[in-house]
Amino acid sequence: MKRRSKFQIPPGEAVGIVAAQSIGEPGTQMTMRTFHYAGVAEHVPTGLPRLIEIVDVRKEPKKPTITIRLKKEYAKKREIAEKVAYEIESIFVKDVAKIIEDVEKGIVVVRFDKIAGEQLGITKEMLLKSIKKGKRKIQEKGEDIIIAVDEDKGKKDEKGEKPKLFSKAKKVRKLFEKISNTLIKGIKGISKAVILEEEGEFIIRAKGSNIRDVIKNKYVDPSRIYTNNIKEIEAIYGIEAARNAIVKEVKDVLDMQGLTVNIRHIMLLADVMCSEGIILKVGRHGLAGRKRSVLARAAFEETIQHLTRAPVIGEEDPLIGTTENIIAGKTVPVGTGRVLLEFTPPKTKEKTERKKRK
Amino acid sequence: MVLHYNPAEYETKKIKFSIFSPETILSMSVAEITIPDTYEEGYPIDNGLMDQRLGVIDPGLRCKTCGGTERTCPGHFGHITLVRPVIHVLFAKYIYEALARTCEHCHKVITEDVKKRPKKCPLCKKELAKIEFQKPTTFLINGKEVLPTQIREMLSEIPDEEVEKLGFSPQNAHPKWMVLTVLPVPPVNLRPSITLESGEKSEDDLTHKLVDIIRVNQKLKANIEAGAPQLIVEDLWNLLQYHVSTYFDNETANIPPARHRSGRPLKTLAQRLKGKEGRFRYNLSGKRVNFSARTVVSPDPVITINEVGVPYEVAEELTIPIPVTKWNMEELKDYIRRETYPRAVYVIRGDGRRIKVTEASREKILEELKVGWIVERQLIDGDVVLFNRQPSLHRISMMAHLVKVLPGKTFKINPVVTPPYNADFDGDEMNLHALQSEEARAEAREIMLVEKQILSPRHGHAIISPQEDIVSGVFFLTSDETVLDKKEAAKLLYKAGITKLPKPDKGKYYSGKLIFSMLLPDDLSVKFTSKLGKEVVIKNGKLIKGEVDSKGIEQYIIEKIFLMHGPSYTTKFLKNLTDVALEYLSMKGLSVSLRHYKISEEHQRKVRELLQKMDKEIENLIIKYKNKTLERAPGMTLKETLESLILQITSKTRDSMGEIVVESLGEDSPSIIMARIGARGSILNAIQMSAVVGQQVVRNKRLWRGYYGRTLVYFHPKKLTGRERGFVYYYFSKGLEPDEFYHHAMAGRESIVNTAIRTARSGYMQRRLIHAMQDLVVLEDLTVRDAGGQIIQTIYGGDGKDPMFTKGKEEYETKPKEDDVDTV
Repeated sequence: MKRRSKFQIPPGEAVGIVAAQSIGEPGTQMTMRTFHYAGVAEHVPTGLPRLIEIVDVRKEPKKPTITIRLKKEYAKKREIAEKVAYEIESIFVKDVAKIIEDVEKGIVVVRFDKIAGEQLGITKEMLLKSIKKGKRKIQEKGEDIIIAVDEDKGKKDEKGEKPKLFSKAKKVRKLFEKISNTLIKGIKGISKAVILEEEGEFIIRAKGSNIRDVIKNKYVDPSRIYTNNIKEIEAIYGIEAARNAIVKEVKDVLDMQGLTVNIRHIMLLADVMCSEGIILKVGRHGLAGRKRSVLARAAFEETIQHLTRAPVIGEEDPLIGTTENIIAGKTVPVGTGRVLLEFTPPKTKEKTERKKRK
Repeated sequence: MVLHYNPAEYETKKIKFSIFSPETILSMSVAEITIPDTYEEGYPIDNGLMDQRLGVIDPGLRCKTCGGTERTCPGHFGHITLVRPVIHVLFAKYIYEALARTCEHCHKVITEDVKKRPKKCPLCKKELAKIEFQKPTTFLINGKEVLPTQIREMLSEIPDEEVEKLGFSPQNAHPKWMVLTVLPVPPVNLRPSITLESGEKSEDDLTHKLVDIIRVNQKLKANIEAGAPQLIVEDLWNLLQYHVSTYFDNETANIPPARHRSGRPLKTLAQRLKGKEGRFRYNLSGKRVNFSARTVVSPDPVITINEVGVPYEVAEELTIPIPVTKWNMEELKDYIRRETYPRAVYVIRGDGRRIKVTEASREKILEELKVGWIVERQLIDGDVVLFNRQPSLHRISMMAHLVKVLPGKTFKINPVVTPPYNADFDGDEMNLHALQSEEARAEAREIMLVEKQILSPRHGHAIISPQEDIVSGVFFLTSDETVLDKKEAAKLLYKAGITKLPKPDKGKYYSGKLIFSMLLPDDLSVKFTSKLGKEVVIKNGKLIKGEVDSKGIEQYIIEKIFLMHGPSYTTKFLKNLTDVALEYLSMKGLSVSLRHYKISEEHQRKVRELLQKMDKEIENLIIKYKNKTLERAPGMTLKETLESLILQITSKTRDSMGEIVVESLGEDSPSIIMARIGARGSILNAIQMSAVVGQQVVRNKRLWRGYYGRTLVYFHPKKLTGRERGFVYYYFSKGLEPDEFYHHAMAGRESIVNTAIRTARSGYMQRRLIHAMQDLVVLEDLTVRDAGGQIIQTIYGGDGKDPMFTKGKEEYETKPKEDDVDTV
């Protein structure tokens, strides 16, 4: 006989259901409001929308944010933090210049905006350099930079039927888009970097997320960087890190709403989502779709697809899960339903006597 | 085909899925159906869709196959021989796969991907045809449409080994079976016809569809036999294909749904299974039950938390089966003898026959009653039942209660058990289930009983705890000023079943703290800061210092007592606490009136001053904004900066009203006290009733929509001051201005819409979570595994602790004492 503390989880307990309920039930109490992150003037989704986002494992969250910490030796220096923030923040041509398209002439005119440039720390040379990178023919005319559309190519590409002007207009539009979104400096996807002070350390929080490029910066500590993009964490730091990220993100959402949920429930959710070595979505394209049981899958979503596929590949439902057994009208293999008790009542005197008489 | 076995004796171990081959369909068919009609002069037509060999649904008739009645006959399949084969829509995808992945010359699998079909067969080197699939049922070979006959031929030529290589199972689903040559006709039980009041018969949707199929099939046959031109034959063939396709799935893309005469789309096979109201979710995952009751709930603080007050009418209707043993024989006989309420309604004999206890049968039953029979008696006090309120988001949305039959027509529950059900008494209805087996009753009593759910498995805090008036009562009782004379003290203590008065501690009088301490167990020692910020000390079951509020009861006293003394002790404690608290509260009295929300002239002036100050600040900001001298916050436009600053000012202003209101109403105003100790309401409610309602927002922004640049026509466009943008300057007890009222309604509407959306979204999320995690179970070795036995966690939660008994970071300091440990 083993002694068991009453604080220990009883064997057979349907911990999965309890965890799912514990995370799902407060959902109705959560607000839909977005949260105003200090400095980063973005309404980062919290509450239910964010929780759904985590559980769905979106490729990219609605508002990705990255938190960068510097290596210990630089962490307390504001100048370095500012420098890093400046280096990573991406600035596009459209941010510092006025761009005009002239369809008739087939040109795009870029006019440098000095005030904006000053604010963002961009000089005209930097602008020029980045536009030149595209190996385009550039004319400078006072303040203007003129870029012409490659006309010869246009003729060849077009099918003779379409009017020329149309193709030219299209080309100018394309060029306009391309030039507007040319990166002058910074890391792709990162913008609006803000420096915050946390426990005497300067940290940078920015909109967008691109760990791969940010950690190339020599001041950045790659072991303490964080993003709310779980998929990205999985790709760079691996499944274990992603599992921890799920736990952290879910917990943060719940804490922010003032809801207490035991960490064990959240951990269990993260562990199932990561049990296959990759993050699986909670839903028909992930965990639910991977169930062994045909009936359980059919009962969830896409009933017909599952029921037609099952015979084709000759599937069998072993009736080992919960839903299947409910459908089949059997006891569920969970909790007391797992315990098989065999009891033969001792023969009563009456019965034995009756037998004797016979 | 009669059932030659008793289904109860067999157990379903596994379910295998396969496609019927034409041979199987024929072998299980009891009749070929050839007549596209159902009844003639009230009788089923032979070889018609209601053929009596397919089973019977009309009372009085007998099944021609098994001889059973409409109750005993399980129904039998028939068949329709299709003159020309048709594609099974649901399997068309797999037919395409089988065709495109094999070589039509050597019938070997040549590619893994249907899209990467080579031009030449890599095995027999012959030219391969280009195969295209046009949804839903058309196949093109080299751009030419092919008929199902040819497809079937091509599929039949694929040998079994190759079928296996395709990933198909040749025994269960040979691709050739996916082209139908015979169609099974489901038994009549699956498509019963309804007799309308007028005596007219209305057929099931499936029957309608089958009628269509047979009609077209006959017409096709006649045309072929008459040697009609190929074009006409193919037209009919396509029509047959259409009917068979819609018979299986009436929602296929690119096929117009078959409609009823009234224009309603028919509900065919796929529609019967699919979705929330489909067979799976409506009838298989969720089942209807007997022995249940439902009515309105109302509060009854006199019964314990474990009980549920059941109306006499319900108790009379619900029964519980009791097996007869030699020990309870006499007791049960008494029930059988009785003619009024707690009586036996039915008796089930050893052979399973059910006899109603009536005037006539009573004597005979009493005479024959034997051990092993079952007596079904009415619900009585003390029976265990399950009690539930929807939505059942929790496991504690369904708990076991003990029956207490009470007058009235509602279920009564102790208001303290309200939170787990999330119930209130504004008309909520709840369900009750009478348990029908000894195992169920034992489990319910031992596991699901209310008192065992005092701590929530979600966070380990008490979820069943006193609320509202009880909290107020405890607070007033434990406050420092409370002194009671002997009579009062005795009255209170008597409520808790204490008949011995303690020594008075305040001269001749008794302090409230002393009375409260009498309820506490002797070994309870806690120290905490109350919501009012004061320290509360309980040492060895004596309240030494402080006033107990909702936080103290909930998070310290109840939880601690539950962990130290277990469920039944806590129930008794809760009972005593509620009784004493409510008794004291009714002695002392607690009420609010309009007067309690009226602030003095002086304070009203202060409120107006604050509002004027706020208006000035807002105006200044707007001027700055218009001059463009306002400093732009990082990452925001100027306008956004302005709006966010104004919002900050308005919320700051409203918050600072709190002080004024509390000052004016007084710290000891009932509404303020109730808000502070967590009994009911909040300071914000008081502010809105007595000082100012405050800024109305939609989507976290001040109101802006409606007319051009304003919310209502009465305002100047683009004016950004408070009033125009939804600040409500008045308060509820005074009443709102018309425009303010409108603004308030705008914000109110948003919150209603949000709640509606939120419930839908969170409901779906929870369904998905449950589906993803429902099979996870902790095993004896504390590993968490899924249904297939795969390990998800090596030790549950990293330490194998029950979340019900662990609070976030601060694990229970109380280490399990020797007597806390029970043996397994």
